[in-house]
Amino acid sequence: MTFELDATLAARGFEVSLRLGPAETIAILGPNGAGKSTLLSIISGLLRPDAGKAVLGGRVLFDLAADRHVWSAPHTRGTALLAQEALLFPHLSALDNVAFGPRSAGASSSAARETALHWLAEVDAGDLASRRPGQLSGGQAQRVAVARALAADPELLLLDEPMAALDIHAAPLLRRLLKRVLAGRRAIIITHDILDALMLADRVIVLEDGRISEAGPTREVLERPRSRFAAGLAGLNLVAGTVSDAGVTTAQGMVVAGHQDGTLGRGQEGVAVFAPSAVSVFLTEEHGSPRNSFPVKITDLEPHGDQIRVHAGGLSADITPAASADLGLTPGMTVYFVIKAAAIAIYPA
Amino acid sequence: MSMPRRLGTALLVAGALTAALAGCAAGTPGAAGTASSTGAGASGTPKLSGAITVFAAASLKSTFTQLAGDFEAKNPGTKITLNFAGSSDLVTQITQGAPADVFASADTKNMTKLTDAKLIDGAPANFATNVLEIAVPPSNPASIGSFADLAKPGVKLVVCAPQVPCGAATETVEKATGTTLAPVSEESSVTDVLGKVTSGEADAGLVYVTDVKTAGDKVRGIPFAESDQAVNTYPIATVGTSQNKELAAAFIATVTGSEGKKVLSDAGFGTP
Amino acid sequence: MNRRSGTGYTGIPPWIYAIAAAGAVFVLLPLVAMVAKVNWPQFIPLITSESSLTALGLSLRTSTASTAACIVLGVPLALVLARSPFPGQRLLRAFVLLPLVLPPVVGGIALLYTFGRQGLLGKSLELAGIQIAFSTTAVVLAQTFVALPFLVVSLEGALRTAGNKYEAVAATLGARPSTVLRRVTIPLVLPGLAAGAVLSFARSLGEFGATLTFAGSLQGVTRTLPLEIYLQRETDADAAVALSLLLVAVAVAVVGLSYRRPRIGVAPEGAFR
Repeated sequence: MTFELDATLAARGFEVSLRLGPAETIAILGPNGAGKSTLLSIISGLLRPDAGKAVLGGRVLFDLAADRHVWSAPHTRGTALLAQEALLFPHLSALDNVAFGPRSAGASSSAARETALHWLAEVDAGDLASRRPGQLSGGQAQRVAVARALAADPELLLLDEPMAALDIHAAPLLRRLLKRVLAGRRAIIITHDILDALMLADRVIVLEDGRISEAGPTREVLERPRSRFAAGLAGLNLVAGTVSDAGVTTAQGMVVAGHQDGTLGRGQEGVAVFAPSAVSVFLTEEHGSPRNSFPVKITDLEPHGDQIRVHAGGLSADITPAASADLGLTPGMTVYFVIKAAAIAIYPA
Repeated sequence: MSMPRRLGTALLVAGALTAALAGCAAGTPGAAGTASSTGAGASGTPKLSGAITVFAAASLKSTFTQLAGDFEAKNPGTKITLNFAGSSDLVTQITQGAPADVFASADTKNMTKLTDAKLIDGAPANFATNVLEIAVPPSNPASIGSFADLAKPGVKLVVCAPQVPCGAATETVEKATGTTLAPVSEESSVTDVLGKVTSGEADAGLVYVTDVKTAGDKVRGIPFAESDQAVNTYPIATVGTSQNKELAAAFIATVTGSEGKKVLSDAGFGTP
Repeated sequence: MNRRSGTGYTGIPPWIYAIAAAGAVFVLLPLVAMVAKVNWPQFIPLITSESSLTALGLSLRTSTASTAACIVLGVPLALVLARSPFPGQRLLRAFVLLPLVLPPVVGGIALLYTFGRQGLLGKSLELAGIQIAFSTTAVVLAQTFVALPFLVVSLEGALRTAGNKYEAVAATLGARPSTVLRRVTIPLVLPGLAAGAVLSFARSLGEFGATLTFAGSLQGVTRTLPLEIYLQRETDADAAVALSLLLVAVAVAVVGLSYRRPRIGVAPEGAFR
């Protein structure tokens, strides 16, 4: 009873394979334009890939092999979609919105109403039943939209950045709600927020340029990111290159020394990962092993908690405001980022 | 510069005289017109010049276009602009101040509207007559042979509405002959009636003889004796506000004169 | 109450108001001139004459029928044009909108050669015992022909503005396409549909050229109010002016009443974000 997907869409450079267990939730992370929404559109049947196959709980959603041409319409797929905007039907009350799925499935109006009331109560929106969408706040509307998606009894719930349009007060509430209702369900959630991945998903998939660049249990991906994007989410610096005796050598010839994983072989692709807090900033070159010292040009300075985050050469360093003032840092300056080799983890890409 | 002006003054006097003559000889305006025409055209001494606008009933389109062309050719330096429309439309336009020099109506009723409003110089001259004729598609699908045939059941007959001249004539013939027609449509213009016949929508239509002639072989005309019960008379006159009354009078003279008679009778018009 | 909102910043330069006022006068002045021409003591007898009432009744009946026809034909056309891209779509749109710019008399001629006795379809219809020319059906056909683009344009605009996000959501919730159409699409664009229907009705009411060319003119059968006005003008200017005013009043009433409705209707302001 798994969900399996293989899909290729050449026009968007999209090529993804994934597999979901019966009660598994995965989070899809990735930069804008990576193909996250394309993935959901293909699964829900709103977009047709060039080739591929999808099977949900034994039912073939589509099979576009050369000799076969199976394509089921969106309404037969059992894949409810919850988008960034609630998209509640403006002409229907909250109750009728939630009852829409059951009604479409052929339930009597009283049965559909019953189901709708149940799900409205599940999302703590029972008192909003008679309201029109225009009379709901963003958070309330999104809660009703969750109820509407669940009332359709989907085999696979698709969530496309459900928290993105909410204000900072409404988002945590909906996140807690989703954690409760997604328990024991199969769902795919697209998010920009690492917190969503940590709280709601069992696994994460990082999508970059239409391809999966990284996948694995959420914690593992965050602790040992292999892609620059995942490292960014985890708040870490990542340098990719080829493993050598000295460490990792980048394409530009920069060598990063660090603590090496025992499994690494020479010449294989590897990444060097370190926290911004492990980086010290100097105005002149520092010598002395085992240290890494890179000349970099400052692109930006920004407050980060009680620290100042220095962005330079695609890396970042966290230093105290006092240190920043002492050094007189301004964008455009060339400084040296210095990191102890012991603070750098090197592992396969 | 002084030469033409003096000439103009002379012509003005001549025009006024002509108008006065026409006014006196109300019964024979044609005669007065002819006299003036001979004076202008034959002798050639008082040269005509300038431009006039002639408002003429739509049914005069082909004849007046020809007459105006001939007139311009004979009198170099003159320009005649023609404006064709339904007589009542033209009356409305003239009443509202449209710059017309000559008005030729398809019936006396519309001309009377202008003479009553004192917008006409002198008395109008009757220059042509027109009578109704039956128009049928070339194949004559309903086998129409006489006026009485039009009242046969099943005949799709199209006529003019009683409010317009050709409809009024139709009504007059109906009354005079004691026939009751049951048309499928009462159109507001002859053109619309003819259109329905040429397109084959209607089995027959009642229009003027001249319209049947104009339509060529797209329709077949069937004359009927009863048509003399409603003879339509076409009057022509100079509009009071005309700025070039001598030229207007000269053109009217051409229309009412022998040349006009020929062109008009070729087109099917009768003489009043 | 509402006037206070006018004190906010509009960003319109003052001279725009002057030109706007000139534009308004340009439209309103002829109406005023017409009202001034009305023979008031005779007004009621003129508009309640048998021929006037017959023409008005016929106009209202045929306009209602043609509006219904516009909805039946126009809704699917607008949906196809707005929603599903296909080769030749731009061309189809251009042709559907053609009657908007075509002189009505051209439409009448085209209809004549289609539904007339000798026409493309008319011949077969005639054999089947159906005669369209000179019938009230012809009036409805002519009105539908000229009014259809108004409905299609309004509705296609509304459909495009509404987007298909709601339809996509409805489909993933398990609604089959006809359910989506009935329960989501149509209710969403109802204001646009209503506006289009009103415009179609108004256009039908004013239809003249195509009717005259194609349907003919006979009291109680094909002589609608505009044709009656045109005919009355030949002999009785007072009657023509009185009937014109009646037509203006009916049109203003229909358009005015219907355009108020969407504001208090079902779709809230944010519906078409």
